[in-house]
Amino acid sequence: MGESVIRAVDGVTLEIRAGEFVALLGSSGSGKSSVLNLIAGLDRPTSGSVMVQDRDLAKLSREDLAKYRLHVVGMVFQSFNLIASMTVAENVELPLRFAEVDRNQRFKLAQEALERVGLRGRMNHRPTELSGGEQQRAALARALINRPQLLLADEPTGNLDSHTGTEIMDMVRDFNRELGMTVLMVTHERALAERYAQRMIFLADGKLVDDQQTSDVQSGMRGRS
Amino acid sequence: MKIPDLTELALRNLRESLLRNSLTTVGISVGVASLVAMLSLGIGLQQMASRRLVKSGLFDTIVVTSRRELRGMGREEERTGPTPGESRVLDEAARTEIERMPNVAEAYPDIRFATELRFEDKPHLTMVSALPESAKSNDAFEGMQGSFFSSDTAAEAVLQKSFAEELLGKTPALGAPEPSVSDLAKPLLGKELTMRYAQRATNSDAQPATDDLSGAAYSVVSREQKLKIVGVADLDPESMRGPTRAKVFLPLKLAESLHVMQPTDLREIARAASDQPVYSSISVRVKNPAQIQGVEDAIKKMGFTAFSILDASRGLRQFFAVLYAFLGIFGSLALMVASIGIVNTLVMAILERRREIGIMKAIGASDGDVKKLFFAEAGAMGILGGLVGVALGWAIGEVINLGTNVYLRRQSLPPEHFWAVPWWLVGGAILFAFLVSMVSGLYPAGRAARLDPVQALRYE
Repeated sequence: MGESVIRAVDGVTLEIRAGEFVALLGSSGSGKSSVLNLIAGLDRPTSGSVMVQDRDLAKLSREDLAKYRLHVVGMVFQSFNLIASMTVAENVELPLRFAEVDRNQRFKLAQEALERVGLRGRMNHRPTELSGGEQQRAALARALINRPQLLLADEPTGNLDSHTGTEIMDMVRDFNRELGMTVLMVTHERALAERYAQRMIFLADGKLVDDQQTSDVQSGMRGRS
Repeated sequence: MKIPDLTELALRNLRESLLRNSLTTVGISVGVASLVAMLSLGIGLQQMASRRLVKSGLFDTIVVTSRRELRGMGREEERTGPTPGESRVLDEAARTEIERMPNVAEAYPDIRFATELRFEDKPHLTMVSALPESAKSNDAFEGMQGSFFSSDTAAEAVLQKSFAEELLGKTPALGAPEPSVSDLAKPLLGKELTMRYAQRATNSDAQPATDDLSGAAYSVVSREQKLKIVGVADLDPESMRGPTRAKVFLPLKLAESLHVMQPTDLREIARAASDQPVYSSISVRVKNPAQIQGVEDAIKKMGFTAFSILDASRGLRQFFAVLYAFLGIFGSLALMVASIGIVNTLVMAILERRREIGIMKAIGASDGDVKKLFFAEAGAMGILGGLVGVALGWAIGEVINLGTNVYLRRQSLPPEHFWAVPWWLVGGAILFAFLVSMVSGLYPAGRAARLDPVQALRYE
């Protein structure tokens, strides 16, 4: 507002196809999170356009953007972002409340989603009673519950040890493969990106500097794990 | 979001910071309690006043006189209306017609005459008047010893206190303490009085009418009527309305059947050809004091003179309207202060729950969802505060009522119920608290809805 304008993302043009698993890499301040927020419909570009499934997010109303976030996008964050005052199950079913799904259906879907991430036994716990890995799994279940086509993950393993991080990433890859979800993951760990993503996009100072497919060797490793 | 979900989330959020939200709700409760207390005091006082007034019979009674009465001559309406000689006679037909008018509860003739009553062979000259059955509820008869007439035709009498003193020869000297009504009543109740009076008898009673002229004549016969004393009332003969300005009271139907010679009979001698009596005045009681003006106008149209103390009651209503407004404003002040508490609590909640709002928006909550959630929280505090406040206000009222009645009893005054919490006030107060909270929630809810999710999520 009163601040000087910072171009977090400047002249980036990229295209992601449905079903892709893309990693967005760059050092902090490179603009990768800003790109993610634009695609998530949390932010709007000052110029240019963000086309998702033939609609320009830059031109949607606030109301329509909320609907887009609700039905098209699932989000996972570095800090999990679960609501502390709610149980795991309530956190997971929260998007369904906004979608006005009725109570029984909500409960059923939340159970299924938690089952999928292996947290069914902890559905009545509060997030603070869970380990980091469990919290991130709960967040994945929440991102999954509305069956979005697009999963956006912002440093999903940033707060986790490498073992739990691998667990989480395996799940994300399963979503990509089994549910056909397009995944866009922001990370600064190149190794993680190489291991899981099919494509890596490098940003620096708000500009796209490189866009490459991961090698077949790593694809082979993916298949093995 | 659906309403039940919204309510559930709102209540959960209120429980999360229990102390702060409870304090805010207590603030609303105190506001509502003060509003309820103030207004129910006003309503109670008005009910008490109008109860008294209705009972006194002053505000629902119209006194109707014929324009043939010369008393009212020279008044404005008399000059514009028909001349006294031409106007209608206030007879039984007119009385029936008035009684059949809408909103009229009853119309009864004022029968009043001076006559001689004998008690234990001693004559006493006094004013006698007739009372309708409805006078039983008149508060002039509050504290009466004995009972009211057993029926409208019973040969019974109620005495005014000073006449009872006279009968017993106990009239106190000036300044001496007055004997109590119960002391006077004891030796008198059940005793017999003999009333001597002049009966107006038409000739037809004595001999068949032979021509027109003889039909217009009547004779006066001296009669006696025995009366049983059933009650002694402590009423001030000078302060009460028309019919009670007498010292001995008879049931109305009995008095009518006696055909006591009335002063108007003499005046009508040249006209009255029947045995139907002509009344000097009729008291008309309306069903509701509010309808008095309409009835009064209708009676005036019939060609009679009508009079009521309407203006006094109108002034009273105005007074209570002003009183309500004042009490309402003072009562609402506390609620207004409480509403600032709601704004404060919710703004604090936004700061605290910034991140939560950001998360909700990121996973698909619309601006409207966030706004509704904050509104629901404000509304829930309003309704809870309203419920507790009404209960509190009611309790305060009961305590004050109780305290005042204890005081009244110490002063040996009869207890009064001057506190009234009608259902509309209960509902209205809760609704008002709800609306005030919603208005208080406008700004916080709007602010929460506009919160930028990217900014909100950036806070770690």
